[in-house]
Amino acid sequence: MNLWVAILVAAGIAFATKLAGYLIPAQLLSGPRTRRVTGAMPVALLAALVATQTFTGPSGTLVVDARLAAVGVAVVALLLRAPFIVVVVAGAATAAGLRWIGWG
Amino acid sequence: MSSAPPGPGPSGPTPLEPNTRRRVLRQGLSVGVATGAYGISFGALAVAAGLDVWQTCALSLLMFTGGSQFAFVGIIASGGLASAPSAIAAGSMLGLRNALYALELTPLLGVRGPRRMAAAQLTIDESMAVAVTQDDRRAARLGFWVTGISVYVLWNLTTFAGALVGNAIGDPRTYGLDAAACAAFIALLWPRLRGRDSIAIAVAGGVVATLLTPALPPGIPVVVAAAAALLAWRGPRETDGSAGVATP
Repeated sequence: MNLWVAILVAAGIAFATKLAGYLIPAQLLSGPRTRRVTGAMPVALLAALVATQTFTGPSGTLVVDARLAAVGVAVVALLLRAPFIVVVVAGAATAAGLRWIGWG
Repeated sequence: MSSAPPGPGPSGPTPLEPNTRRRVLRQGLSVGVATGAYGISFGALAVAAGLDVWQTCALSLLMFTGGSQFAFVGIIASGGLASAPSAIAAGSMLGLRNALYALELTPLLGVRGPRRMAAAQLTIDESMAVAVTQDDRRAARLGFWVTGISVYVLWNLTTFAGALVGNAIGDPRTYGLDAAACAAFIALLWPRLRGRDSIAIAVAGGVVATLLTPALPPGIPVVVAAAAALLAWRGPRETDGSAGVATP
């Protein structure tokens, strides 16, 4: 699959999903269970992304490196109520710094 | 919208009070600026993942839902073009919540035709959050449009800037851009971790994805881990009952 095709398909689905909420009768999507599961989906997916982006090494191995330290610093920043961009920059700086001194 | 004198008329809608109007405008614009700021990190990460500048900009212009965009490029970064189906699936599942936001917004906005298409494209966490927290229908409309449009404009400008920065950087690991992706995902997750149920779902999703990583191609563990959301099927064990629905 060409990357452009993937981007256009993903964008098309994203727009269709948003539009569906305006067109579909509310009862179809608003059952309490559907609502709860759909509402919980970002939690499961984002946690899975945190885990895989942090621990995946070359060719699918699990590794612990500077990225885990970066996540730790990001969590501290979040506990201190830092804004999104500060959390991201603190994470990047942690990993870059650790690699600069030769770890991870 | 109107410059009619304040005070409720006998019929027709009451005009929005200038103070309310100013407050809603300020709120929407500040959310736009704050969100726009992290378009920089999206642009840089997308280029580091192997997208070119135009593909990166196309995602922000067309897909326009931050979490899904980060997920899409994160999975492409780990598995390349071969993982595109997983990238599409994860991005799409992450975007499902926008349909729920649209349901909430339908009665507030009352849009038809081309305006409905525009409203759909601007339906994201931030515009929904500003709209539904207003206590008047016209304030909600104003909040939705101001927030949606300002986030859209700034997010796309900063995506472009970030993509140029990412292009100039070279090896993304040197500047910790791979770790920036981890930090971005945890920052997106954080406000949704309210109550024991959402924490349990997050732990389950993270553990499942980690355990499957050595066994499956990149991206697929993330898609499978979405099943952890089914833990919400049985309903809340706590009083808050808002397993993960973000209202920042």
